[in-house]
Amino acid sequence: MYVKNIAAVLAFICFTAIVLVAVLGPVLTDLDPFRIVWMPITPPGQDGFLLGTDSLGRSIAVQILYGARASLAVGAAAAAITLVIGLLVGSLAGYYRGWIDEVLMRVTEFFQVLPPLLLSMVLVGLFSPTLQTVVFAIGVVSWTGVARLARAEFMKIRELEYVKAARSIGSKDARIIWLVILPNALPPLIVTAALTVGAAILFEAALSFLGLSDPNIVSWGKIIGDNRDYFLEAPWTVIFPGLAIFVTVLCINLIGDGLNDAFNPKLRER
Amino acid sequence: MQLLSIVVQRIGYAVALLIAVIIFNFILLSLVPGDIAETLAGEAGGGSPELMEQIRQSYGLDKPFHVQLFNYVIRVLQGDLGTSYYFNVPVTELILERVGPTLLLVTTALLIAIVLGTLLGVIAAQNPNGLFSHLVTILALVGFSAPVFWTAFMLIVLFVSILGILPLTGMVNPTTPSGTVYWYLEVAHHLILPSLSLASVYIAQYSRLARASMMDILGSDFIRTARAKGLSQRKVIYKHGLRNAVIPVITIAGLQFSYIFSGAVVIETVFNWPGLGTLALDAILRSDTPTIMGILFFSALVVIVFNLLTDMACRIADPRIRSSRNA
Repeated sequence: MYVKNIAAVLAFICFTAIVLVAVLGPVLTDLDPFRIVWMPITPPGQDGFLLGTDSLGRSIAVQILYGARASLAVGAAAAAITLVIGLLVGSLAGYYRGWIDEVLMRVTEFFQVLPPLLLSMVLVGLFSPTLQTVVFAIGVVSWTGVARLARAEFMKIRELEYVKAARSIGSKDARIIWLVILPNALPPLIVTAALTVGAAILFEAALSFLGLSDPNIVSWGKIIGDNRDYFLEAPWTVIFPGLAIFVTVLCINLIGDGLNDAFNPKLRER
Repeated sequence: MQLLSIVVQRIGYAVALLIAVIIFNFILLSLVPGDIAETLAGEAGGGSPELMEQIRQSYGLDKPFHVQLFNYVIRVLQGDLGTSYYFNVPVTELILERVGPTLLLVTTALLIAIVLGTLLGVIAAQNPNGLFSHLVTILALVGFSAPVFWTAFMLIVLFVSILGILPLTGMVNPTTPSGTVYWYLEVAHHLILPSLSLASVYIAQYSRLARASMMDILGSDFIRTARAKGLSQRKVIYKHGLRNAVIPVITIAGLQFSYIFSGAVVIETVFNWPGLGTLALDAILRSDTPTIMGILFFSALVVIVFNLLTDMACRIADPRIRSSRNA
C-alpha cells in the first residue's frame, strides 16, 4: 500500500514541476517555438539541440516547453466545463427525480449516442478552430459520465437522515443541493475531476494531432500532427511530445488513484 | 411475452433517439456562421445572384425554418443524406463504401480487448499481490494514460521499423484480386497494428475491471461451494469464475461503443485505413458539410443499433434483467 501512496506523491511532485514549466515556459528560453532555427530533422543531442529539430527545422524542446501551456490550459478549461455541466445535470436529476430526471437522462443518453471525438471534430470543423471552440467542443461532449456519477451520488444521499433533517427545518432546495448534499458527494467527484482533466488533455491532443486546433498555438498533439509524415526518418519528433502527454496524464491518473485510495479505505486491500 | 413488449419499446425508443440526432444535426447546421447557399455557390466556382437564388430554391432554403427541418428529417429517414460537395457523389453511397473497413477495425479491436483484457485480469486476480498482478496494474495505467495515436506510432517503431514484420499503412494492396484467399490474408496482415493500437486503451481498462470483479467472485459462496465439491482450481476459475467475470466487461464494452468508434477515427488516420474516420477528417478539412453531417448521423445510427443489440443480448443471457426497464 505504501508503494502506491509513494507513487501518488511522486506523481504530484512531477505534475507540479510540469505545471511550473508550463507557467515559466517563456522565461526558460529566449527562442520562439515557431522560428526555424537549424537544419530540419536534426537528431536529438546533435548541434546543441537537446531533443532535435522537426521537419521544418524548429526546436522540438522549445515547442514542447511552449506546448505545455496550451495542452494544460485547454485540458483544465475543458475539464472545468465538463464538470460544471455534468454536476449541474446530475445533481438536478438525482435530487428532483420525477420528470426532471427523466428529461435530463434522455438528454444524457442522447449525447452518449454521438461518438464524442467525432462530434467535437465536427464542432471545431464547422466553427472556427480557436482555443475557445476547442475547449467548448471537448467540454460539451464529455460531461455524460460525470452527470451519471453525480446523479447516483445525489440519489443515494438525498435519502439520508441529515438531508431529511435539513428539509424538515425548512431549508430551500438550492441550499440542500449545494450546501448539504454536494459536500458529502465530493470525494468520488474529486477523483472523477482528476481523471477528467487527464481525459481532456488526451482529447485536446487527439484534436490537435488531427489538425483541428488553433494553427497559431503550439500544443503537444500539434507537434506530433505536424511531423507525422516524417515519422519514420525522424521518430524523435513524435516520441518526445507524446512522452510529454503520456507522463502528464500518467501523473494525473496516479494522483486520482491516490485520492481514490485516500477516500475509500475499504478498497485498499485491492 | 413481456420480453417482446420490451423489445418493441426499445426499438421505438431507438427510432426516437435517431430522429433527435437528425434534428440536432439540422440545428447544428443552421448555427454555422455564413450562408449555406454562399458556401455551395463558392464550391461551384463563385455565384451570381441568380445562381444563389436557384441554389436557395433547390435546397429549400427559402422556406421557413420548421418546414426546412421537417423536410430534412423526412429526407434523411429515407436514406438521402445529400450530395458531397467535394466528391460529388451521394453521401449515402460514400458512407456505405467506407463503413465495412471501420466496422472490421472496431469489432476486431473490441474482440481483442475483451479476450485479452479479461484473460489478463482473471490471471492477475488469482494472486493479487504477485508480480504478474502488479504488471497488469502498471500496464493498465500505461494504456490508460498514453494518447492512442502515440501508442500506434510506438507500435509502428517496434513492428515496422525495428522488426519489419508488419505493413505500415493501408488495408490491402490495390493490385491484389479481391475475394481470393490471398486478399483476406493481406487484409488480416494489415489489420493487426491498427486493431492492436485501438485495443490498447481498452485492454488496460478491461483487465482492471476483470481483475476487480474476479476478485469479488473468488470470495463468493458459489465458488466456495464449487471448491468444496472437490473441483480442481482450474475448473473453478475457468468454468465458474470466468463466465461471471466477463459479464461486466461485456456490459461496459457495450456502453463504450461510441468511444471505441471515436478512437477508430484517430487510428484510421494514422494507418490510412480506408474507413469512415479518414473520410470524416477529409470532409472536415474540406468543409464538405453534407458528408460531415452524414457521417455524424450514420455513426449515431451504428451506436444505437449496437446498443440495442447488446441490451437484447444481456436480457437473454441474464434472466435477472430480462424484465427490468433500465438495464
